[in-house]
Amino acid sequence: MFLGLFETLRRHDVPVTLRELLDLHAGVERGVAFADSEAFYRLARLTLVKDERHYDRFDRAFAAWFEGIENLDAAIDALIPDDWLRREFERSLSAEEKARIESLGGLEQLIETFKQRYAEQRERHAGGNKWIGTGGTSPFGAYGYNPEGMRIGQDGSRQRRAVKVWDERRFRDYDDSRELGTRNIKLALRRLRHFARSGAGEEFDIDATIDATARDAGLLNVRMRPERHNAVKVLLLLDVGGSMDDHVHTCEELFSACRSEFKHLEHLYFHNCIYEGLWRDNRRRDERLSTFELLRTFGDDYKLIIVGDAAMSPYEISHPGGSVEHFNDEPGGVWLQRLATKFDHLAWLNPMPPRTWELTHSNRLIRQLIGERMYPLTLQGLEAATRALVQ
Amino acid sequence: MAFQGTDTYVASDALRLAVDAAVTLERPLLIKGEPGTGKTLLAEELAGALGSRLITWHVKSTTKAQQGLYEYDAVSRLRDSQLGIEGVDDVSNYIRPGKLWEAFDADERAVLLIDEIDKADIEFPNDLLQELDRMEFYVYETDHTVRARHRPIIVITSNNEKELPDAFLRRCFFHYIDFPDHETLQRIVAVHFPDIESRLVAQALDVFFDIRDVPGIRKKPSTSELVDWLKLLMADELAREALYARDPAEALPPLAGALVKNEQDTGLLERLAFMVRRQQTTRR
Repeated sequence: MFLGLFETLRRHDVPVTLRELLDLHAGVERGVAFADSEAFYRLARLTLVKDERHYDRFDRAFAAWFEGIENLDAAIDALIPDDWLRREFERSLSAEEKARIESLGGLEQLIETFKQRYAEQRERHAGGNKWIGTGGTSPFGAYGYNPEGMRIGQDGSRQRRAVKVWDERRFRDYDDSRELGTRNIKLALRRLRHFARSGAGEEFDIDATIDATARDAGLLNVRMRPERHNAVKVLLLLDVGGSMDDHVHTCEELFSACRSEFKHLEHLYFHNCIYEGLWRDNRRRDERLSTFELLRTFGDDYKLIIVGDAAMSPYEISHPGGSVEHFNDEPGGVWLQRLATKFDHLAWLNPMPPRTWELTHSNRLIRQLIGERMYPLTLQGLEAATRALVQ
Repeated sequence: MAFQGTDTYVASDALRLAVDAAVTLERPLLIKGEPGTGKTLLAEELAGALGSRLITWHVKSTTKAQQGLYEYDAVSRLRDSQLGIEGVDDVSNYIRPGKLWEAFDADERAVLLIDEIDKADIEFPNDLLQELDRMEFYVYETDHTVRARHRPIIVITSNNEKELPDAFLRRCFFHYIDFPDHETLQRIVAVHFPDIESRLVAQALDVFFDIRDVPGIRKKPSTSELVDWLKLLMADELAREALYARDPAEALPPLAGALVKNEQDTGLLERLAFMVRRQQTTRR
């Protein structure tokens, strides 16, 4: 009876049903896995999980169940467990360095420093393409703070002996509350499709006609079908520069997915907050489009998607002249308000994780202005946003 | 019976167990993974190892579930009736069995590969639920039911282009082929090229993993690309020498076309190499 495992999995949001649990029992009964915890882990994963996005959650739940950890929340929240760091660390150190660490007050101290560094590093990566310069030797990987990218001792981590398989958490990257790939984004954006049968254009359906004619014993039976195309109109406003440099990669992916998915897509850029003008091309900022013109030209049937981290000085929203780049006659908040009034279908996608939203004053202000329609730029967030946009 | 991998296919522990469980419990096995990690190959090797027949159903964007069961060729029948050909009155002469029917009808247990199921329409998997579950379907034209004589082993591959419906997933076992680690890759190479120089393997694997680890690379090279590349390297002595004497400041490894397949990635590697070169000159 693996009811404990079953319940733990459900508590960890792994979608499992009774049918899968029965499968697991059948597997154990038929002796597919016997008296071997690793084989059991594999069998359980095979039968209970149906998507690699849930592998990581399954691993965590399994570890919790296996070790009988009572406090589940702590296990979930410990995103970088100490011993994980220690393992990565010890592996990458030479004997000489180990001796030096001892003299520096031991590993405990060092891990603290490391964590501090790690926290600072999130900020410092704002500089942008730093990672290119280091050519992969930077301990902090490609996109800033993905712990997967923190592989310090590459060779060490490839020999899996010391660690239990489920503790390795090799599938962390596939969790859908984490990063997005173009493919996933496209899938999420599909929800925004709005197929319309517009105009008189009906098209000739050759296959159905041949089929129907043959069934009618040769009497011509012409079949027509209505033409379908995606008629949704999307206006995309992207925050560029400054703190958004961290998220260039994600935004790039979102943008390329949008471009291939929507026929009526307009995109414009802004910096930090929206004021009286927007750019069509980020490199040629002189060619500006006045925001008034935008409000006039784009009908309210457009769906407005704003992508930005909403992290700025609150003065940018509340005061005239608050912009960091130019003197603005009217505060950013007024402009946001105008956009929100005009476009009923509006969503703000924020690449920062939701738990940080409360920390910035500007974020709270913006959410007040647009009416809590801010979503995280993850797969789940995007799905929620598209659902809200089609309502 | 346990599937152990074959002379030409290295299967991880998890994959072996997955195949075992799917065979024992007679469930379809859904395989996902990066392109080039041997998803399709698994079915072929499994059929080889079990000595059963492999029936492959390649799914395309236009494939309908019905085509896997059977098709009624009304056009031929019409033509034949006008020409007065014999047998036209019997509708069963114009029923063309599909791959699923073929697998159900086989004399002994067959392996059915439904390749790239995600390419088809979103409703495609839903249309196969009953057929996969009960291993039978009904032919309306001739009014009879086709039942599997031996439940075939069904392997389904997906490249994640579409989400598969829950009801379908619940009927399958799911395995994600993880990208092989260094050791496993070495075994895979050994299986494909038994008498390759170990120096070449070591060098090539280093370069291979370096390229996979380059941040921002769009299409990571995978196992099948590594195998192709090694094949080329073994055929070309000059390129092999170039690999041994490789200078990190050089942008691309020899014959890189087999590993890196789009120009953005090539550009990225060249840019990286340029930066390495610049660092070297400033240091001097």
